[in-house]
Amino acid sequence: MIEQSCAPMPPLEEILERYPREEASLIQVLQDVHRAYNYLPCDVLAKVSESLGVPLAKVFSVSTFYKAFSLTPQGKVIIRVCTGTACHIRGATQLIDEARRLLEIAPGETTPDMGFTLKTVNCVGACAMAPVLIVGEKVHGNTKPAKVAKALGVEERHHAH
Amino acid sequence: MRIDSRERFDAAVSEALAGREGHKTEILVCCGTGCLANGSQKVAEAFAQEVEKRGLEAGVGLFTKKTGCHGFCEKGPLVVLQPSGVLYTKVEPRHVPDILDKTVAKGELIPRLLYKDPTTKKPVERYAEVPFYKNQTRIAMRNIGKIDPADLGDALAHGAYAGLAKALFGMTPEQVIAEVESSGLRGRGGAGFVTARKWKAARKAQGERKFLLCNGDEGDPGAFKDRSIMEGDPHSVLEGMVIGAYAVSAHEGYIYVRDEYPLAVVHLTLAMEQARQAGLLGRDILGTGFDFDICVSRGGGAFVCGESSALMRSLEGKTGEPRQKYVHATERGLFDCPTVLNNVETWADVGAIIQNGGAWFAAMGTERSKGTKAFSLVGKVKNTGLIELPMGTTLRHIIYDIGGGILGDRPFKAVQTGGPSGGCLPESHLDDPVDYEKLTEAGSMMGSGGMIVMDDRTCMVDVARYFLRFLVEESCGKCVPCREGLKQMLAIYDDLVAGRGRPGDIERIERLSAGMQLGSLCELGKSAPNPVLSTLRYFREEYLAHIEQKACPAGICRDLTAYEIVESCEGCGVCLKACPAEAIAGEKKALHVIHQGKCISCGACYEVCPTDAIRFFPKAELAPAAAASRGGAS
Ligand SMILES: Cc1cc2nc3c(=O)[nH]c(=O)nc-3n(C[C@H](O)[C@H](O)[C@H](O)COP(=O)(O)O)c2cc1C
Ligand code: FES
Repeated sequence: MIEQSCAPMPPLEEILERYPREEASLIQVLQDVHRAYNYLPCDVLAKVSESLGVPLAKVFSVSTFYKAFSLTPQGKVIIRVCTGTACHIRGATQLIDEARRLLEIAPGETTPDMGFTLKTVNCVGACAMAPVLIVGEKVHGNTKPAKVAKALGVEERHHAH
Repeated sequence: MRIDSRERFDAAVSEALAGREGHKTEILVCCGTGCLANGSQKVAEAFAQEVEKRGLEAGVGLFTKKTGCHGFCEKGPLVVLQPSGVLYTKVEPRHVPDILDKTVAKGELIPRLLYKDPTTKKPVERYAEVPFYKNQTRIAMRNIGKIDPADLGDALAHGAYAGLAKALFGMTPEQVIAEVESSGLRGRGGAGFVTARKWKAARKAQGERKFLLCNGDEGDPGAFKDRSIMEGDPHSVLEGMVIGAYAVSAHEGYIYVRDEYPLAVVHLTLAMEQARQAGLLGRDILGTGFDFDICVSRGGGAFVCGESSALMRSLEGKTGEPRQKYVHATERGLFDCPTVLNNVETWADVGAIIQNGGAWFAAMGTERSKGTKAFSLVGKVKNTGLIELPMGTTLRHIIYDIGGGILGDRPFKAVQTGGPSGGCLPESHLDDPVDYEKLTEAGSMMGSGGMIVMDDRTCMVDVARYFLRFLVEESCGKCVPCREGLKQMLAIYDDLVAGRGRPGDIERIERLSAGMQLGSLCELGKSAPNPVLSTLRYFREEYLAHIEQKACPAGICRDLTAYEIVESCEGCGVCLKACPAEAIAGEKKALHVIHQGKCISCGACYEVCPTDAIRFFPKAELAPAAAASRGGAS
């Protein structure tokens, strides 16, 4: 069994080399661009449009249709709280509340220092360990609200007893 | 070695088997998503290091293998020793030397690592004796957990591609289709369309290019069997697809994998490379002159792209909007060419069916639902994980015998199948068999394999609202009934859970549902009312409580629920630490108190209290109660 590669993604030119220059390649190209740049920058989209021969409006429509794409820069660490059914009934709402409280941002937002982006995801296929919180690539299963701070690596909150 | 004849195929299998003869003991470390999250990677490394350090591989023929998901994710990291079949649960790197010294060297068991049967409280020694596994019949998942998905030789030694060899060396495409037809195989992706019928139509269809697709989008939240198949035994999917391509005479294929499944992409890609090199995929497969190759395509994270026509648009690089179904995909699908689309599990079944014969498969199951079905059993059940059972098994058997019953022995309330297109079935349907028609009659559906168990602390109005919110986000927006209907329906539910429900809301929901079922363009909108209607059908009184008493009987809807601490509180302070709102106060060993003004009704305290000293009640009753508790505190 092998691990996922975490090699740095080559920039646009190299990405475009990998696929036939046709509309069918659009989503795969955008996926790679998103990984390389951490979001879909406007000028890069314009170049993708030109090189694949797909109108910019269509590129934009695809970029906004799919959840995997963001048109704004993402934080260094992406935090995903699973809101799939199994996680929902095992307390995902409480995890979101706790993450919101700790990071002071709502799902879909990024902290002002660009450190974290908070997202929700509809099931990551680890439902047996619900509720699930993913910090970067690390999956935290059976997460209780009290464990969120540690998983995020942010300061523990203090309690006066 | 490239396999280009029957003899060479047999030789490759013998060679793979011979290579394994040196392995006197195999240590199988589960590296599925669940176990990886619990740290199985470190366990596997520890085994590899210790074995090397002690020279055990050459010495006693000890071999460590990282496998796909064993399914019993709840108890991970899992380690299985073969051939003895000893199962160890929750293994940590520090246990590794002990396992080698005691179990491997002397055959002694380590009691604290054994699985304990929650009912008998007795340790279970062998993998095959654990009730969770004992009651399963694995076909689609036949090799998951047994093989290293990154090693083609290992797969061959476990029978992979034997069905393909049988088909290509000895059957005509028509015979292959006839065999699949006699198996009674129906689609495992949701609707249960007869697989052979689809293939026949595609075989007949005229066209220069034909496509064969695998639906690995697995969008139903709570389902992860396709993920485990693609990660744990990618060869079973490839084998099925090549057989299917031969049957319908297609030469190009795609596997559409969900964006959230990066490891599946890695394993599929590697398996494809190895299969190509071995002559099992690509040009001139097995030397028979048949060509078929596959591309893996990552989805963009849109639920609707699991729908067949939307998936095809997505593969074309477009937004995933479904088409009307007056033309069948088998005539004009991907790039307007004849196309066959099947689910991951469907493809994984095909190889086994060809190898063992359609009659063998059809001997399992019910009259119209044959073979086995994989499910992810999750939610409020003791043993969560991945299971595969003959069709016709009752829900009760699944939940109580395999799942071990409800978490914390609370009362069962409902089981949800079919994802956002399915429904919630109550206790009175627990003896229903798992069968396409039976589940649909009961107001749910088979779906792609999520089985989510709910206890009395699940609010059915909240569950229906959860699916509506999911669907509002995921509706592609092309047709009005789905886009607007869902929004209006959600608005009513938002009112229900906030205590603003009005008489007539139930009727309004039913009218909207009827409209959406009639008028929506694709199955997403047509089936969207299912979670709503099934909860209305079986849990109507819960809706009425929300509307008439402004109360949530399960204590989940926050705007309707309040909490308080009762006399049996021992002052342990656990709730105080768990409270995210800092709304609980109290000295150690003394009765704690919830500050009603600060309490956000999240229920975190209720979940953690070891003495059941926290009670919830309708917020509507709060006024006098709050006054009393304030009086008590000061
Ligand atoms: C909204 C929607 C989502 C779907 N999602 C999936 C999915 O995630 N996986 C899947 O295999 N089928 C899914 N389907 C069913 C497919 O349209 C199609 O019927 C299936 O992939 C065909 O394969 P099968 O016959 O082997 O089941 C979905 C259907 C709809 C309407
Ligand atoms: S529901 Fe959260 S991982 Fe599946």
